[in-house]
Amino acid sequence: MTTLLTVENLETYIGQFHILQGVNLTVREGRVTVILGRNGAGKTTTLRSIMGLTPPRSGQVVYQGQSLQGLAPHVIAKRGIGYVPEDQGVFAALTVEENLKLAMRTKDAATEDRLALSLDLFPDLKIAWKRKGGHLSGGQKQMLSIARAFLNDNRLLLIDEPSKGLAPIVVEKVMGAIQELKKRTTIVLVEQNFIMASGVGDDVFILDDGRTVYAGSMHDVRGDDALKKKFLGIGV
Amino acid sequence: MSLTLNLLVNGVALGALIFLIAIGLSLIFGLMGVLNFAHGAIFIWGAYIGWAVYGATGSFWLGALAGTAVGLVIGFLMERLFIRKFYDNHVGQILLTLGLMIVLIELLKIVFGPNILGFDKPESLQGVVTLLEDSFPVYRIFLIGVGLLVLLGTHFMLTKTKIGMIIRAGVQDPEMVQALGINVRRVFTGVFACGAALAAFGGVMSGPSFGSIHPELGMLNQLNAFIVIVIGGIGNHIGAALGALLVGILQTFMAYYVPDVALAVNVALMALVLILRPQGLFGARG
Repeated sequence: MTTLLTVENLETYIGQFHILQGVNLTVREGRVTVILGRNGAGKTTTLRSIMGLTPPRSGQVVYQGQSLQGLAPHVIAKRGIGYVPEDQGVFAALTVEENLKLAMRTKDAATEDRLALSLDLFPDLKIAWKRKGGHLSGGQKQMLSIARAFLNDNRLLLIDEPSKGLAPIVVEKVMGAIQELKKRTTIVLVEQNFIMASGVGDDVFILDDGRTVYAGSMHDVRGDDALKKKFLGIGV
Repeated sequence: MSLTLNLLVNGVALGALIFLIAIGLSLIFGLMGVLNFAHGAIFIWGAYIGWAVYGATGSFWLGALAGTAVGLVIGFLMERLFIRKFYDNHVGQILLTLGLMIVLIELLKIVFGPNILGFDKPESLQGVVTLLEDSFPVYRIFLIGVGLLVLLGTHFMLTKTKIGMIIRAGVQDPEMVQALGINVRRVFTGVFACGAALAAFGGVMSGPSFGSIHPELGMLNQLNAFIVIVIGGIGNHIGAALGALLVGILQTFMAYYVPDVALAVNVALMALVLILRPQGLFGARG
């Protein structure tokens, strides 16, 4: 299976804080790679470093065989990486339609197809089409943010904690959509909710104190209670 | 009745002028988080270039075009050479733009001298019009029309074009705009240069309105523009227009009835808004 993205010994600072102290990831094409870890482990910073939003001080990010080092976030995005941030990043002053149009890099038939599929996955967006982003529910914002990232011809989606703050029924809907998107694109999913992540994940990386401390398959993690207790704080 | 109506028209015309300088300041602050203390200096550079070209060619419109173009160039260079190095440093921005303001004003004095220069109305905009049995200076009505046109143009650009969408999105979250694959820095440069051009255009328009220009005029109008963006809400063009109207009308009435406190009343209004509604009277909460 082709490797789409590799992250090697990533070290990132935020101000004077040394947040990432050696993160390593290998993301294989067509799979859902889940990054797990406690609060403050460096999961969000890892995604932000890949996107160039919090540029790493050292280490390598290689996407489709090319280094992303020193590239501006908009260049990285155009290489084919969609980003769904933890706070969803929905523009409050723009309608659902405008949020999607703004993200659309091309207006070809394939993009229109992906838009149609997004609206099939999230019919709520069709209903709220003319509603401002600031007036959407948390679930609708999450759906819009995922649809916006999927809209372009992105071979990789970075999705940061899509279950955060959502009601269980909405979480189910969002996870169902991620299952569907998994058939069409590669996903890196950051999650705190292990049960949710275990339903869609294939490969797992666990971060602790800014370092990769485990790399393996979701199948193995599911069965390893000691590992879950040690790094994820999940009781057995 | 006649006096009140006259003061009202004068106030709205002054509001239109203040709007021209405030709209750029508001969008620049909203989008880039840069409070540009040199905005008033660009305004007055526009006025002087307009005056010089008007004087040399006899065409007010050519003067307006030249003043606006110089504002555009100053804004473009200022953003490219200086401001973009200070996006993450707010203290640095204040010191930098204050310094640029001093340099620009002193340069102006070197080129044009420190004295007051007379600025006549163009022939086509002299005289008065009679409306509802009252007479109003044509130039004041013209200024109101210009302000309205700029507001409509800005509104169209912000609500109907992709650039407008990027600006509205960027005011809230420039980082996310970048993550969508949009080069937000290029938009920053464009907005900064256009904001500066509008201020310079306002400078040219203010010349015939005040009848004369002097190097310190930029600072006076900049102060009004700061008051307007605090009242109107940052990055909000409708708020800037309503705020400018409020400040223009209030200042005109106060200048007539209690001239000593005309500016103080607007500053007090700004302080009151900052205490009671920090997001501005017309800005969104939070």
